[in-house]
Amino acid sequence: MIRVQFFARYRETLGCDQDRLEWHEGLRCMDDVRASLVGRGGPWSVLDERNLMCARNDELCNLDEPVADGDVLAFFPTVTGG
Amino acid sequence: MSVRIQQATFDPGAQLNAVHAANAGVGAVVAFTGYVRDYNDGEPVSGMYLEHAPGMTEKALGRIVEEARERWPLLTVEVVHRVGRLEPAEPIVFVGVASAHRQAAFDACNFIMDYLKTRAPFWKKEDTAAGERWVEGRDSDQQAIERWKR
Repeated sequence: MIRVQFFARYRETLGCDQDRLEWHEGLRCMDDVRASLVGRGGPWSVLDERNLMCARNDELCNLDEPVADGDVLAFFPTVTGG
Repeated sequence: MSVRIQQATFDPGAQLNAVHAANAGVGAVVAFTGYVRDYNDGEPVSGMYLEHAPGMTEKALGRIVEEARERWPLLTVEVVHRVGRLEPAEPIVFVGVASAHRQAAFDACNFIMDYLKTRAPFWKKEDTAAGERWVEGRDSDQQAIERWKR
């Protein structure tokens, strides 16, 4: 199982702050997980944004970061703190 | 070295003095304080809400501070960032850096803010007359970190 968190505008657009996915061999990297979620259609297309950022197990990463069963992933819009 | 995420407001002057008091060998303290503006993107702003990603935020800020310490001889680094509801003119963020000499303190403070703006998971949602709106990231912030790459 993989847990995926959503923050800020993505959380609002999707109407949920997290979701769980059954892990399988097709989910090799962050981008596979992103594409799988976008494939649900409707509001999930928000994860297709050019400026999307992501994290794996609380560490910022790129979309080519490998994922493994048990990971906690996160997708979120460009950060705007400071 | 400390990183604090908090809802409560803070006194930037007291923070600055604490950075100096932490080490008698300090010759220079550089501090940056960011405040809530009452105007953004052509519209009055009456307040904002700051969301963060608990756990990830502390880790991201810790890494930025560690990277700064590897690059410059720093004696003290203090980072305070607020979350939750904020009103115009209130402080949002404080970064205070102490070193023996000024150039390291200037550069490290600048570096920490540039990376905080682009790598720390905080999101601002502003209140305007037309309703709430999420602040969008700026390309200029992304470009600012290019100068630190090596």
